[in-house]
Amino acid sequence: MLQQDASAAHPNQPIPGGGAPVVKGRSLWADAWRRLFRNRAAVASMVILGLIVLVCVAGPWFVPYEVDEIFWDAFTAPPSEAHWFGTDANGRDLFIRVLYGGRISLMVGLVATLVSLVIGVTYGATAGYFGGRIDDVMMRVVDMLYSLPFMFFVILLMVFFGRNIVLIFVAIGAVEWLDMARIVRGQTLSLKRKEFIEAAHAGGVSAFNIIRRHIIPNTLGPVVVYMTLTVPKVILLESFLSFLGLGVQEPMTSWGVLISDGATNLEVASWMLIFPAVFLALTLFCLNFIGDGIRDALDPRDR
Amino acid sequence: MLSYAIRRLLGAIPTLFLIITIAFFMVRLAPGGPFDSERRLPAEIEANLRAKYNLDDPLVVQYLHYLGDVVRGDFGPSFKYKDFSVNDLIWQGFAISAQIGGLAIAGALILGLAFGTLAALRQNSAADYGVMAAAMTGITIPNFVMAPLLTLVLGIYLGLLPVGGWGQVRHMVLPVVALGLPQIAYVSRMTRASMIEVLRSNYIRTARAKGLPERITILRHAMRAAILPVVSYLGPAAAGIITGSVVIEQIFGIPGVGRHFVQGALNRDYTLVLGVVVFYGALIILFNLIVDLLYGMLDPRVRYD
Amino acid sequence: MPSTLGTADVPAGADAGTAQAPAVLEVANLVTRFASPDGEVSAVNGVSFTVGQGETLGIVGESGSGKSQIFMSVMGLLAANGRATGSVRYRGQEILNLPRARLNRIRGSRISMIFQDPMTSLNPYLRISRQMTEVLVHHKGMTASAALEEAIRMLDLVRIPEARRRVHMYPHEFSGGMRQRVMIAMALLCQPDLLIADEPTTALDVTVQAQILDLMRDLKREFDTSIIMITHDLGVIAGLSDRVLVMYAGSIVESGPVRDIFYNPQHPYTEALLKSMPRLDDDILGELPTIAGQPPNLQHLPTGCPFRPRCVHAFDRCVTDAPALEPFYRGRAKACHLEAL
Repeated sequence: MLQQDASAAHPNQPIPGGGAPVVKGRSLWADAWRRLFRNRAAVASMVILGLIVLVCVAGPWFVPYEVDEIFWDAFTAPPSEAHWFGTDANGRDLFIRVLYGGRISLMVGLVATLVSLVIGVTYGATAGYFGGRIDDVMMRVVDMLYSLPFMFFVILLMVFFGRNIVLIFVAIGAVEWLDMARIVRGQTLSLKRKEFIEAAHAGGVSAFNIIRRHIIPNTLGPVVVYMTLTVPKVILLESFLSFLGLGVQEPMTSWGVLISDGATNLEVASWMLIFPAVFLALTLFCLNFIGDGIRDALDPRDR
Repeated sequence: MLSYAIRRLLGAIPTLFLIITIAFFMVRLAPGGPFDSERRLPAEIEANLRAKYNLDDPLVVQYLHYLGDVVRGDFGPSFKYKDFSVNDLIWQGFAISAQIGGLAIAGALILGLAFGTLAALRQNSAADYGVMAAAMTGITIPNFVMAPLLTLVLGIYLGLLPVGGWGQVRHMVLPVVALGLPQIAYVSRMTRASMIEVLRSNYIRTARAKGLPERITILRHAMRAAILPVVSYLGPAAAGIITGSVVIEQIFGIPGVGRHFVQGALNRDYTLVLGVVVFYGALIILFNLIVDLLYGMLDPRVRYD
Repeated sequence: MPSTLGTADVPAGADAGTAQAPAVLEVANLVTRFASPDGEVSAVNGVSFTVGQGETLGIVGESGSGKSQIFMSVMGLLAANGRATGSVRYRGQEILNLPRARLNRIRGSRISMIFQDPMTSLNPYLRISRQMTEVLVHHKGMTASAALEEAIRMLDLVRIPEARRRVHMYPHEFSGGMRQRVMIAMALLCQPDLLIADEPTTALDVTVQAQILDLMRDLKREFDTSIIMITHDLGVIAGLSDRVLVMYAGSIVESGPVRDIFYNPQHPYTEALLKSMPRLDDDILGELPTIAGQPPNLQHLPTGCPFRPRCVHAFDRCVTDAPALEPFYRGRAKACHLEAL
């Protein structure tokens, strides 16, 4: 029979072939990988980010200085052969500090994202799967939390409950899970009506197992996209807190702390700002490009 | 529409209540909290507070006192500045913060819409890539990095603008730019994306088939729809500006609400910090309401019931 | 495979070659291609036809046969990745790929178009009054109030009840059928020479479809406008058209007067199309015949005749040799190697 002409508006969509040999089936993920690796910005970002991570993780073993080692002959010294990135106002080598700061910033990014992921996916999948009254209430809570000035609560938390690093993970993770919950809920709602979920349900699989075995794996695409975009947000948040003096505390350091130091010493020692700022900005750039790349790879509609 | 606005305002009460409650108990239950006997307060302040909250009463009673005061719009005396109430500090600061924030948002809207539309109309051109690269930079580089960098280049290397201080128009340039840049970037990206989507829509095809000049097709037919996501974004944008102002005011030494908040937090000026959280919480709620009403005015399909 | 413009394709009384008034629309060797990430897609492969004054031309074909894209090319509405070549003349004047400003003097005014989906083809953010009057203000330089009166008159004409009140409403306050009436009224505002209707009834309920077709038939009589009716529904064509073009894989495979095509199809594809149409006098329990196979991949058309893989009559020559559209009888043409069906 004839079908209605739905392809009229977008004729650049591939038209199903009759005479031509059938294209070999590729999985969604293999296809996405292929597209991701064709995206030059994303590939370059992965390489650069890989280098940054490598340098931050392994670099300190090869630098003959300690992170808190004071060089009495070099206070606020500009970059030199002995101190590649110069030294700070306390005579500490900036290069090693930037690397250590990177370890903290990257770790915060990773751990806090995982925290938000666990909370958000569990919450969203539960609300979406059960639907009805439970969904209403759970999403109402999310809406309410959305309208809270979260940044201020995080600052309060840091001020009044001490500035320890575990608290930073929890606080940031707790802020970022809301979007994740919404995305997963939306996905779950549409998945719920699919036949394979109904089949599992009819087959007597428990709700917990349906969510765990069928719902969550199928929400993976959007979740991965959102996760890669959450990591830079989280790193940014930590730097923001540290910049205000509310995040990571001495003797530990992070890029935010270093940038804050650099901003105060701007007029006499611009290198103190520039090096950590470049590392932070480069990392954020790469993460954003990778995130965009993965999104485009998984959802190729908008090329 | 009026009844909708009233219903929304009533609906905001639980949220505000939640904000006040969480903030109050967070401050009061903190280890080494403000009313510890170990912590010596200046005598006048202690007297002020005692008169206000009956510090010897159980916490719940004090909470109810505080709640009652907030309902009447009174945030109490400052912990740190004995001659000021929290209301004074917030209002003085807000007069300044609102100027910077308002300018930043207005600039973000005007420039963001213009750049985004330009990029969408010239999709995949050099102008498009330029706008998108600039936007990516604006989004990626946080304003606490951008602000010192701008200061370094424009203030110190080129000597064009003062690096700090407050009172004259030229003092406002760097803070407003630093605060507005990420928002310009977000609005541009959003406008571009929605404009591209709208330009592909059937009703734009109709407008073109009607032989209307491109100017009318874009401004009258496409802009109305393309602007809607941007309008929805104004709520988060305001929140972003408020958050950003915390660090921008700190960097440039501007005596706004954000600076009060950070100083208050570092000085453990509990009533001030509490007051700012509640004030900004209410402000964001109010702003979101205005945005929703605005959205309804722009989209005739939205109904208020 | 460009088809030669045979006399068969020129309606009686509108011979394009003579000194008479030129046809309303002459399309010659139109080729429309789309660049896609996986290669070029040919949507229209050298199509030629003419439309005479007051004539109604039906264009029928399945999804992806290129029938809509012909008129997207004519109207300058191709997607950004599309390119059209060949010639399109409106009353003798070349209009294919005109600069936008010059094309805008013709489209909406001399040639107008209505689309398949009335739900999305009207701007949801603007009142009907604004969407209608802007056409008159722009093309005819009317004042806003005169344009409004004219818009109301036109809405009355397409039988929208309470037009004077409803003209100030938004599209979402109208039903699908009403919206399509608004689209038709809007298209007729400047009393165009040619109205292109791209599947105007496909998205509507059956009863509403019939009303819209009735309306178009009446309007045609009233305005003496030429109409091109694009559809996949032969029933729509039967009641309205004078002449029919049957499209397959971007080419015209058969053309002729509507009665001839219906009662004596001469291309295997046309025949198959007609057979797949439900008929009232059929045994309702019997299975409806379908056309075996899939429409061809426009990126990799089969060699020879594009319909060959699905054709029950195919023979050796169909594999090697693409048939051209050749006239074979009064006013009729087909692109098929068979002598007769």
